[in-house]
Amino acid sequence: MLLTVTDLTKTYPGPDGDITVLNGISMSMGAGETLALTGESGSGKSTLLHLVGGLDQPDGGTVEIDGTDIGGLDDAGRAAVRRDSVGVIFQQFNLIPSLTVASNIAFQARLAGREDRAWNDSLANRMGLTAQLTKYPEQLSGGQQQRVAIARTLAAKPKLVLADEPTGNLDEATADNVMSLMLELVAETNAALLMVTHSERLAARMGRRLHLRAGQVA
Amino acid sequence: MNARLLAFLLLIPSLLSAQGFAGLGTATEDFATPQRPAIFDFPKDHGPHPDYRIEWWYLTANLQDADGTDYGLQWTLFRTALAPGQGDGWSSPQLWMGHAAVTTPDAHFVTERLSRGGIGQAGVTPDPFEAWIDDWQLAGPDFDTLTMTASGPDFAYDMALTAQGPLVFHGDDGYSVKSAEGQASYYYSQPFYDIEGTLALPTGDVAVTGQAWLDREWSSQPLSEDQTGWDWFSLSLGDGKLMGFRLRQTDGTHYTAATWITPEGQTTPYPDGAFQAEPLATTDVDGRDVPTRWQVRLPDRGVDVTVDAINPQAWMDTSVPYWEGPVTITGSHTGRGYLEMTGYD
Amino acid sequence: MTRTGLLALLSHWRRNPMQLFTLIVGLSLATALWSGVQAVNAEARASYDAAAETLGEGQFAQITHPSGTIDQATYVALRRAGWQVSPVTEGRLDGIRLIGLDVLTAPGGLGPVDLSNGDLTVEVMLNGVLFATQDTLDRLPPVDVTTRAAPDVAPGVILTDVGTAQRLLGLDGQLSRLIVAPIQPVTQPPLADIAPDLTLRPPQAGSDVARLTDSFHLNLTAFGLLSFAVGIFIVQGAIGLAFEQRRPVIRTLRALGFPLRRLVALIAAELLVLSVIAGAIGVGLGYIVAAALLPDVAATLSGLYGASVSGTLQLRPEWWLSGLAIAVGGTGLAASASLWKLARMPLLASARPRAWAMQAGRGRIWQAVAAVALLALAGLLAWAADGLVAGFGMLAALLIGAALALPLILDRVLAFGASRARSVMAEWFWADTRQQLPGLSLALMALLLAMAANVGVSTMVSSFRLTFTGFLDQRLASEFYVYADDAEQAAALREYLAPRVDKILPIQSANQDIRDIPSEVFGPTPHATYRDNWLFLQSAPDAWPRIEAGEGTAINEQLARRADIAIGDTVTIGGTAFEVLGIYGDYGNPIGQALITEATFEALFPDITPLRFGVRMDPADVTPLSIALRDDFGLAEANMINQAGIKAFSLEVFDRTFTVTGALNVLTLAVAGFAILMSLLTLATMRLPQLAPVWAQGLTRARLGRVEILRAVLLALLTAALALPLGLALAWTLLAVVNVEAFGWRLPMFLFPWDYARLAVFAVLAAVLAALWPARKLARTRPADLLKVFSNER
Ligand SMILES: Nc1ncnc2c1ncn2[C@@H]1O[C@H](COP(=O)(O)OP(=O)(O)OP(=O)(O)O)[C@@H](O)[C@H]1O
Ligand SMILES: [Mg+2]
Repeated sequence: MLLTVTDLTKTYPGPDGDITVLNGISMSMGAGETLALTGESGSGKSTLLHLVGGLDQPDGGTVEIDGTDIGGLDDAGRAAVRRDSVGVIFQQFNLIPSLTVASNIAFQARLAGREDRAWNDSLANRMGLTAQLTKYPEQLSGGQQQRVAIARTLAAKPKLVLADEPTGNLDEATADNVMSLMLELVAETNAALLMVTHSERLAARMGRRLHLRAGQVA
Repeated sequence: MNARLLAFLLLIPSLLSAQGFAGLGTATEDFATPQRPAIFDFPKDHGPHPDYRIEWWYLTANLQDADGTDYGLQWTLFRTALAPGQGDGWSSPQLWMGHAAVTTPDAHFVTERLSRGGIGQAGVTPDPFEAWIDDWQLAGPDFDTLTMTASGPDFAYDMALTAQGPLVFHGDDGYSVKSAEGQASYYYSQPFYDIEGTLALPTGDVAVTGQAWLDREWSSQPLSEDQTGWDWFSLSLGDGKLMGFRLRQTDGTHYTAATWITPEGQTTPYPDGAFQAEPLATTDVDGRDVPTRWQVRLPDRGVDVTVDAINPQAWMDTSVPYWEGPVTITGSHTGRGYLEMTGYD
Repeated sequence: MTRTGLLALLSHWRRNPMQLFTLIVGLSLATALWSGVQAVNAEARASYDAAAETLGEGQFAQITHPSGTIDQATYVALRRAGWQVSPVTEGRLDGIRLIGLDVLTAPGGLGPVDLSNGDLTVEVMLNGVLFATQDTLDRLPPVDVTTRAAPDVAPGVILTDVGTAQRLLGLDGQLSRLIVAPIQPVTQPPLADIAPDLTLRPPQAGSDVARLTDSFHLNLTAFGLLSFAVGIFIVQGAIGLAFEQRRPVIRTLRALGFPLRRLVALIAAELLVLSVIAGAIGVGLGYIVAAALLPDVAATLSGLYGASVSGTLQLRPEWWLSGLAIAVGGTGLAASASLWKLARMPLLASARPRAWAMQAGRGRIWQAVAAVALLALAGLLAWAADGLVAGFGMLAALLIGAALALPLILDRVLAFGASRARSVMAEWFWADTRQQLPGLSLALMALLLAMAANVGVSTMVSSFRLTFTGFLDQRLASEFYVYADDAEQAAALREYLAPRVDKILPIQSANQDIRDIPSEVFGPTPHATYRDNWLFLQSAPDAWPRIEAGEGTAINEQLARRADIAIGDTVTIGGTAFEVLGIYGDYGNPIGQALITEATFEALFPDITPLRFGVRMDPADVTPLSIALRDDFGLAEANMINQAGIKAFSLEVFDRTFTVTGALNVLTLAVAGFAILMSLLTLATMRLPQLAPVWAQGLTRARLGRVEILRAVLLALLTAALALPLGLALAWTLLAVVNVEAFGWRLPMFLFPWDYARLAVFAVLAAVLAALWPARKLARTRPADLLKVFSNER
């Protein structure tokens, strides 16, 4: 298994004591698999994604990526996981504003030490970004920005792509278009895709589906 | 006449406002005081009396140029003593102050000199007579024949004087009482000088002739503590000369005295009340209200005249400021004269 | 409603006391810097005024005699001829300068002494009263004269009546000089008709003692101006921070229907109160700073120029008011832009601080044009214009131009760095640093000015020190100096010394007008002392041998510049024509000077007997000789000067100067560092969206923090690199333009690379200290806060 989550719990301090957001979640994904994560607002979808991506630390349970328990890692270790094993796409602010589109696309791959220029070029080309390469993020539209974010993520060829409502800010047509491209490329690189979405339509295009309710898998 | 009591302890501004005018009303301490009867010894008494606190050689003149334009002239040397006695060098307690002025109908030139006694910068010798401060001088072989010079930043003059009559003595043969409490001074005058010379004014030199009046007075406390200032008149009235003054007192009343002088130099002194002077109009002089037109009466001599300042702006802007200038006389008599007013600042 | 709004606004400070603290501290520091420098300045100026009033130097013409003594009879003769002059007798009473004036004739009265008390005036003239500051009186030996503390008398000076002075100094009937009243009567004969041997020295506009001391003052004024600029930058930063941080509160208040106008008024009122509080704290701090510095400043000035500054500080309204005005005015200036923005901000504008956009092209072009124009103007002024105003104009143009150019130059440098970057981290580092520039540029400008001021002022002071010690070597070449009180003692002294020392060099001088410029003529004995130590700025061949042969003269730079005299020109001294064979530096001397050889001098000025002597001898014997002179010969201690002592004192004076400039240096740097800190804090809140993606892609927070510090170091180093040439240009302007215009002599400029290096280290240190806290904060940001960037609109 590429990803194994076992009995994962996460609590946040709230005004009247701790709030348990995730309460014993277990799941797994294999290479090349696509999984839609759905649930009501506040059900803990983003929280789960963050824990899987090494962006935050769980209070209990384990997350194993490629057999490594990332829960036992320190800050630097988790940073290495983010850099080398996973790629994350958020709803917004994915890009580094001071770098050009081209530099943004290459950033994580270069950080991870596996830049493949030809692959970058083909990604940019297929995302329709060739004309935008020398521009800065703030000069792009929302859809363009999300496409740069996807290209950036895939350029590093991660084993696991995590996406949190990547098309949430886009209109339906653009969202569909971006989604198609992403699925296509994920399939091409044999990466697994875990995507949070509120959209039934998009969820339906994924291979599997996991529904969260009150911090547990429903 | 008190009127000339322009002292200049004056260097000591705090005293100005304290008591009387220019500190003249303060206690006499160790100084000598005038005694009755007054006995003079000339020419010695033309010289200074360092044991008295205050003394002056005070000359005023009514002048005219060839066109008949009126001018006034003043040359005054004041002596004041910080302590009795002549003293030596810088430590001498004697201080000297000179005032010189020329008044025209529309201008008034004033200048002042100060000097320590004891170093030769200023002083008076009686015989031959010389009174000086810096380059100013009033000097001659005797008191009847004098030359007189003074200079300032914008004017100068050079005059010659010849006495045409005798010295006259005020009050009780030169013992002049200044208040009801009996403050007094030694006081005599030479009111009969003919004067001629040249005024050097910014507009050019002017040759002038006229009459001059020299006052000599010394005392140690001529003013009573409740007297705030005086108005002094010297008037030439054709059939005689009149010297009269009015001392203003804090309660609003006045103390007056006068001397009538015949052309031959015979004098009649008048006690308090005989001489009357009332302001008729005032002029704004540098922010002060100063009476510049007067009604002057001496009923005993049939004098009832109006006295008008020739230049109402004749303000002496000196260490001790006062008004001093020539006047014209109309009414029962006509003529020219001099008016001095103190305590209006 | 107003109350609710106010509470909401203030609640921000309650939740973020640190922000309130930085705002107040920022404002206070700016005010402190300004008012501290102003306090020192105001105090020094007031003391000069007191000194000038005491001494009457410069403002009145003076009459002197070459021998230094005027008979009192001559004074009376002058008065009786119509000269309105006033006598002065001065001398030293146990080393303290005693000045006797005549209260009746002195044009300035008894200087700053208040004589409105009549009894006191009587006392002054009859028995004598000595007026001096309490400090001076404390040093006075017992005298039989009343003493009275007078705080406004120049320190180290006693004022009294001329008669008292004559008595205490044993100078009966003798005067030192005469002061000429500005107004004289119309009938006044020429001076030569009355006293042909007296010299009338007109009041010298442009070269009196007060203006000389201004050389040092200039230093402080330059500091004052720069501290003002630095202060304005920091206030701007503090206010900008306060606004940025409270945008969410402001937006919420407006969304809830709070009227915009009232909101603006509330914020303005709040800022007014804060700035007054901060201003008051700043003035207090400034007072402490000034009080700490002042004794040194006083010592510096009195040591350098003989002008005394009293060592106590008075709360002068002009500087505490100006301090408050800076705080309130600076806040107003800085806040008006922010309030204007607030008033025009659409209700639903993002509450999130705007990420720094690439700077608008047009604004940048204008800034570039202005910078280039100002720098060109500075160059033009340096090359073409003269006059003190032009000198200061040049300084201003240079500084403002450089400050405006700074962000543009840094931007280019960073772009170049980015283009050369190999690694992805380097590329991001350069690009991100470049993006920070607009937000940091105010603080960096402050740093630039602070550093440039430091480089400039320390170069000036150090150059001054080198020049001056060289000059001391020249002028105090003899090992030992003695002064005789009169000609008789001088003869005895020569006789006593002759068998005991190597060589006695008489020092004699006469006052003369050379080409209508008041000057003193010296007649040194031909000796290697002069040939070896007097270095000419310009000279004819064989200058010394020819001067010693009586063929010519050497003059000082002041005289040469003022009268436009060149080598080979002829000047008249004592009625004889001399060719100018040499021009020498004579730093700090307000009047002209000329040297002719001893024999010629004696022929021209037969009346002058030298009373001062330089003595060449084994330095080791100086102390025994001075003891022998005192015990054996009976020469007063005050009449002997040990050259080594003078030099040590001079150096000590300079070291005090360094203490002052050093302390001000540290202070300006600290304030600039604080400006950086506040800018970084302002940026920190806006930087999360810029940093979160980098973090998400695999960088640790700790590494991000280290990069932040590195960035501060880089910017500080770049700014330092630019500040160095700017500071040197500043120093050059002060030494070669302003000093020449103000004082008539040019100070040679020396470079002090180690000082500059140390300064750069300080600047970097200041920047690192400033970056440390924000970097630490960043390294400790909770992941949850970083993640918020991606998930919800903040
Ligand atoms: N940093 C935090 N501190 C405290 N509570 C938090 C924090 N982050 C999330 N929560 C809480 O945890 C719960 C789950 O949040 P999460 O963002 O995972 O929900 P979600 O399922 O992604 O919702 P949405 O569909 O709205 O994005 C919510 O109730 C939220 O308020
Ligand atoms: Mg979510």
